[in-house]
Amino acid sequence: MSKPVSALMGAAYDGIVRVEECGLQGMITLRGDLASKPVAAAATGATGQDMPGQRRANVAGQSGLCWMSPDELLVLVPHAEVGDKLAAMTKALGNAHSLAVDVSDARAMFRVSGANAREVMAKLAPVDFAPGAFGPGDFRRSRLAQVAGAFWMEEDGSFRIICFRSVADYVFKLLKVAAQPGSAVGVF
Amino acid sequence: MLILHCPYCGVDADETELAAGGEAHLKRFGPGSSDDELHGYLFTRENPKGVHLERWRHASGCGKWFHAARCTATLEVFGTYKAQVSGPPQEIRDAISAKRPGWSWREFS
Repeated sequence: MSKPVSALMGAAYDGIVRVEECGLQGMITLRGDLASKPVAAAATGATGQDMPGQRRANVAGQSGLCWMSPDELLVLVPHAEVGDKLAAMTKALGNAHSLAVDVSDARAMFRVSGANAREVMAKLAPVDFAPGAFGPGDFRRSRLAQVAGAFWMEEDGSFRIICFRSVADYVFKLLKVAAQPGSAVGVF
Repeated sequence: MLILHCPYCGVDADETELAAGGEAHLKRFGPGSSDDELHGYLFTRENPKGVHLERWRHASGCGKWFHAARCTATLEVFGTYKAQVSGPPQEIRDAISAKRPGWSWREFS
């Protein structure tokens, strides 16, 4: 069995914020009626987190639940446990009309941390990042320059970003340019 | 720049997050329909200067299709509503009537 590696092998960059690739992260896409009991049980059972509300993310470390759309959750679990968690979720879902798929290898994850994190994100996505409009636990699917991306804010004010693995290099370069020393705007 | 409210994820989405899906409430004519009906379904589109009903997709967001009622002349948005309807709901019609009395669009007014 080949050794799994993340898209950019943990590349990092220090500018007005720190940009780092987070390494391997297990991700399971769960689609179904989020209000139904089996779907909620499968999601919360795999992560130990509560069901997130609209455009919210409940994440602790490598485990969590992110609200992707009215009928879709992104289930985050440690990469080594994806197989077991997926099997447990499939069992919990039973006959409920739903779908759970391992998408870990199709994605890449980044972290943007530092005092200027809001500013770097605001340069790339058409989203209001003002402190009153986007806070810890808020989640958005949007775009980062020209590619699709999703991100949420953590309790310490840093962001975690998810994009497709095929565009991981592009997103990392975007973030590096947005985080260049001397490029702070000071708007937030 | 157009900003539309996505009725599914509640975001006021910027036009660059959306994908335009053409005219709303098309009635499909498939096998068994007349040539004129099929021609109309495929090619005949409204091109109004004023009130228009359109389909949009929150492509970079939640991925859902929805409808928007807006004015093509002023880019004013009267409202957005979910996709699972065959005509604009009453509150959307009222919102348009408040701004554009006597409006009509295909069979709706």
